[in-house]
Amino acid sequence: MIAYTDKIRDIARRLLKDCRVETVIGFRNGSMPMMNEPCFIKNVDDVDHLIWDGNCGINLANYLTNRTDKIAVVAKGCDSRNIVTHIIENKIKREQLVIIGVPCKGMLDKRRIKAMAPGEVTRVVEDGESVRVCGAGFEKTYPRKDMLQANCAVCIHRNPVIYDELVADPVPEQQNVDRYEDVRAIEAMSAEEKWTYFENLLAPCIRCYACRNACPLCYCPTCFVDESTPQWVGKSQNPVDVRTFHFLRAYHCAGRCTDCGSCERACPMGINMRVFTKKLEKEAFEQWGWEAGLSLDQRPPLDTYRPDDPQDFMK
Amino acid sequence: MKYIRIDKAQWAQGLAAAEKAYRLFGPVREGAMLNFAALAPGQAPDLDGLNTRMSARSVVYPQSEILFEYTVDPNDPDGNVLKEAPAPAKPAAAVGIRPCDAYSFLLVRRNFDAPDVKDVYWLRNYEATTFIGLACDHPGSTCFCTSAGCGPYSEQGLDVLLQDAGDAYLAKILTDKGAAFLAAAGWFTEAPADSEGCFSAGKEAAEAKITSTVETDRLAEIPQMALYDANFWEDIAFSCINCGTCTYLCPTCWCFDIQDEVRGKHGIRERNWDSCMFPLFTLHGSGHNPRGQKVQRVRQRFMHKLKYYVDKYGDGIQCVGCGRCIQYCPVNIDIRKVCQLMNRFGQDAACKVA
Ligand code: SF4
Ligand code: SF4
Ligand code: SF4
Repeated sequence: MIAYTDKIRDIARRLLKDCRVETVIGFRNGSMPMMNEPCFIKNVDDVDHLIWDGNCGINLANYLTNRTDKIAVVAKGCDSRNIVTHIIENKIKREQLVIIGVPCKGMLDKRRIKAMAPGEVTRVVEDGESVRVCGAGFEKTYPRKDMLQANCAVCIHRNPVIYDELVADPVPEQQNVDRYEDVRAIEAMSAEEKWTYFENLLAPCIRCYACRNACPLCYCPTCFVDESTPQWVGKSQNPVDVRTFHFLRAYHCAGRCTDCGSCERACPMGINMRVFTKKLEKEAFEQWGWEAGLSLDQRPPLDTYRPDDPQDFMK
Repeated sequence: MKYIRIDKAQWAQGLAAAEKAYRLFGPVREGAMLNFAALAPGQAPDLDGLNTRMSARSVVYPQSEILFEYTVDPNDPDGNVLKEAPAPAKPAAAVGIRPCDAYSFLLVRRNFDAPDVKDVYWLRNYEATTFIGLACDHPGSTCFCTSAGCGPYSEQGLDVLLQDAGDAYLAKILTDKGAAFLAAAGWFTEAPADSEGCFSAGKEAAEAKITSTVETDRLAEIPQMALYDANFWEDIAFSCINCGTCTYLCPTCWCFDIQDEVRGKHGIRERNWDSCMFPLFTLHGSGHNPRGQKVQRVRQRFMHKLKYYVDKYGDGIQCVGCGRCIQYCPVNIDIRKVCQLMNRFGQDAACKVA
């Protein structure tokens, strides 16, 4: 990770010095364990603020929307796929970007690590293949691969799909991954079980919209939940409105979501709303063999028509 | 000051008795998190964790609260009559509320109980609530209450302060309301004579464990517009995703939105929490938005808590140091750093947050 950090700084320094970009978007050290903060660097003297480790789970494509300047952006596999999606959807131009690709080794699951610790976690140190978790009166070491965010554990596109610079050699992609075990488990439920499952899943939601706002796909100038003329969705904690928000948001992400996990990571209540987007990701894959953000040359399945599109859903 | 000793063996029994006269609220485990919520009949508050994910704000000020209802059905005897939503039949008690959360109600009261405007709903709920606090003997790494006007043994806003004494709780009775709650629970055992010493020793030990602070001494003297125009806002605001996490988890945030909801002939008016972080919060009917930019909204949140409030009331910051916004901000915007930047405005040559 230190090697990645050094390389990111070198590249950023060079790009700024040569005036190839006005801004570099990356991460700087956070004040909390397992938290880094997205930041921008405009000045060569500040590039040493940039860092990289397993706590860069926020998707930086989110910070590119509608920018007009020339930007270098640090991008792991999923970020790069959302950058592709952004370019296809005209949210940024390829020419504006210098993509600093990061072959990703997966992000740490801060929630799980906190939940497993016997007390408040005050420091987490990544050390090659292991993670050391420290707090008042305890220190535990775990294999890093067991502590990854759920989406990272089943990721099959760790290497950036589009980049101008690469901070290290590509990492091996995970093989024989069962991406949809969780979705199948829900599909196998009866209607009543599903109802209860979703009801319980969303019960803690406070409608803070951190999931939506952390998502690079959710760039609508006014989200449907915020429309007031007409108002589509109620604003209270009424469960019908809470569900409407989640279901509709997921549909808006269908065929676009890269399962970067930013939404789940951002949620202050620890809700796994990813199950909705993942179900639709699975549909897009099974219907059209589609994985979002892999190519600049292909339109996403939901905004194009092919004569051989499957139509089994027509009954 | 009167002290009572509550044997933990009598805790559940006492709460069961109190439940007859009070609606009980307290920390409850919900999955992996501790939340402040209504206790189910017979449910004991979970007092082992530190502070709850959501603050105790909702006991007095629920996230969604019906203010009145009506029907326009001509056949209904109450047709075309606005009816105030019925008040809860029993008073409430927040059992195991932490001192910072209890103190927060005193700050929020300035808004809802101003000399010229009274918010009847908030006041009704507040006055009907008894606050049974639990002192924090093991404060967390992001607790900075001692520099935010309260502390782990602060009594402000509480009716009773409990101290965990192993096999018992020592209860310091602070108000008549507190005494009434203990009486309803049937807890009358006089505490040993050295209780006062236990509290002051506990206070000293707990305060010594607080490692986190904010600097606020210069906030009042720096001119408002100078801070408003400070060069650090863009840097602070960059990572913010304008979610409602910080404002909804904060015990001292008070903003709300009024909504009418109608179904058929029946309608309600309700009030829901709102957040200065949402663009919709300031959107005018004309379409103009005076805080249309993210940086303006982030600045507003910090300027309100750390400058406008300070100037308006002259009694410190609108923050009790609970640390929730630091713990749960998805992008790690840290009010302690922002407060330091503001407090050192004009002093530090470099305004770097990192
Ligand atoms: S981030 Fe979590 S609490 Fe906030 S709206 Fe999304 S699911 Fe609800
Ligand atoms: S400061 Fe953090 S918690 Fe608050 S709105 Fe911004 S991202 Fe959300
Ligand atoms: S501003 Fe943050 S630390 Fe202060 S009271 Fe609110 S949530 Fe707690």
